[in-house]
Amino acid sequence: MNAPISVPLAPAAPAAPVATYPVSLTINGRQHDFQVEAWVTLLDLLRERAGLTGSKKGCDHGQCGACTVLVGGRRINACLTLAVMQNGKEITTVEGLAQGDQLHPLQQAFIDHDAFQCGYCTSGQLCSGVGLMNENRARGADGACTRAEVRELMSGNVCRCGAYPGIVAAVTEVMGMTSPDDTDRAFLPGTVPA
Amino acid sequence: MNPVTYIAAADVTGALASLYAGVDANSTPSKPIAGGTNLLDLMKERVMHPQQLVDINALPLDAITAAPDGGLRLGATARNADTAYHPLVQAQYPVLTAAILAGASPQIRNMASNGGNLLQRTRCHYFYDATVPCNKRAPGTGCSAIGGLTRQHAILGASDQCIATHPSDMCVALAALDAVVHVRSNAGERQIAFADFHRLPGEHPEQDTTLAAGELITHIDLPPAQQFAAHSAYLKFRDRASYAFALVSVAAMLDVGEDGMVRDARLVLGSVAHKPWRVPAAEAVLIGRQVDAVAFAEAADVLLAGARGQGQNDFKITMAHRAVVRALTQAVEGTHDNTHEHTDAFSSDSLDQEPT
Repeated sequence: MNAPISVPLAPAAPAAPVATYPVSLTINGRQHDFQVEAWVTLLDLLRERAGLTGSKKGCDHGQCGACTVLVGGRRINACLTLAVMQNGKEITTVEGLAQGDQLHPLQQAFIDHDAFQCGYCTSGQLCSGVGLMNENRARGADGACTRAEVRELMSGNVCRCGAYPGIVAAVTEVMGMTSPDDTDRAFLPGTVPA
Repeated sequence: MNPVTYIAAADVTGALASLYAGVDANSTPSKPIAGGTNLLDLMKERVMHPQQLVDINALPLDAITAAPDGGLRLGATARNADTAYHPLVQAQYPVLTAAILAGASPQIRNMASNGGNLLQRTRCHYFYDATVPCNKRAPGTGCSAIGGLTRQHAILGASDQCIATHPSDMCVALAALDAVVHVRSNAGERQIAFADFHRLPGEHPEQDTTLAAGELITHIDLPPAQQFAAHSAYLKFRDRASYAFALVSVAAMLDVGEDGMVRDARLVLGSVAHKPWRVPAAEAVLIGRQVDAVAFAEAADVLLAGARGQGQNDFKITMAHRAVVRALTQAVEGTHDNTHEHTDAFSSDSLDQEPT
């Protein structure tokens, strides 16, 4: 049996003071003040400092869209921006879409169209759908948005359960597209899968 | 992500001072950050580890303004989405709209800046994997891609040090448009022709561009290009229908006279080299010719002269040739900017139509 070896502990190096930065955000209509390190992403701040865990960390690399939130009404990936870079901005997360007990129309449409199974991507899908409407980019050649455009402009949100038909149905319904104009054919002559 | 400090620059002078402080002491490099979509990702992967981030979002560099000569000035911090959907860009430079909208996702286009798009790094898997050798990430360690998984890698302009490709769609259109990159440093201002901005890997794959340390992109100027606006296309081939980097892409622009003859042409390939791949001789092939598949194939031959695959990406040579012919054919037929499925112009002319 080996005798226990006593290793003297090296004196701890005095920890360098870590710089922190003030961040004021309006999140879902409420003002919040934080003091964070530079490397804290907006997603980590929302989930771990503000306690708003609706925004999900799927890939943490901007590839899945589960962390989608609205900044000034526009969609971004909360995992790919630093909290300190958003100082002073107005953030909307999935928790801010409903008015009290009244669901946002897109939330109701997701229920009506069975637009999710496991639900992990859903908060990002909802914020992305609301952002899509806010941004008003899907207008079609004749001013009428098409289902194919919605599919393309929702392509930053991955759903591994494959609930895409329900998601597109929900978004297009809330956008007021009544006729199922086209189906699920691919978008655009300029973007051809190899 | 490595521990990093942050400073929000209030103006260009302040930003340059902060960046230059990093240049002075090489051990603590500073990086400007605008959108951050690529830089922060690379920091998470421990591929890049700046000691200080200089936030340039408060700088007055986000405008898109018409130039007196009929051109357009794109601010370095204007967002990719705002650039793509800008009415002047859509009307005068539809190939740029098409290229931007073919790339990334709406979320990323809302964040990513124009200057950052130019400075984005390759998506080579081996560059991203900090545990394997890579001459671009760690000069002198070797290239893990050569002999590895090379589906996305270069077929043109590669070296025995690096076979990475530049991943941008936007830059392919900017190369076709003869854009000029304006930069500032403490030493003053200078202009870089787009063809000279990105470089081939050669012996120094760690250098993506000719931008010097301490230099900041302020804006990108587009010369007038209305002669091409009616006949342009950006064609992108990728492994899925949306939100994927190109295997091959093509920006094609034609100035076609009433007689059906090509007066001028621009032709650039993306995702085949360390920079957007443009060969003036390939464009010259088209000038003064009738638009037809024979001329297009000849141009593709010249553009792809010397192409060499790495094994798994040999298909790119054939694909690029066909893509060039197809993009030029689309450009003859009209212009589409990827904001809709078809524009009216797209069906107005046809390659099959007899010249009058």
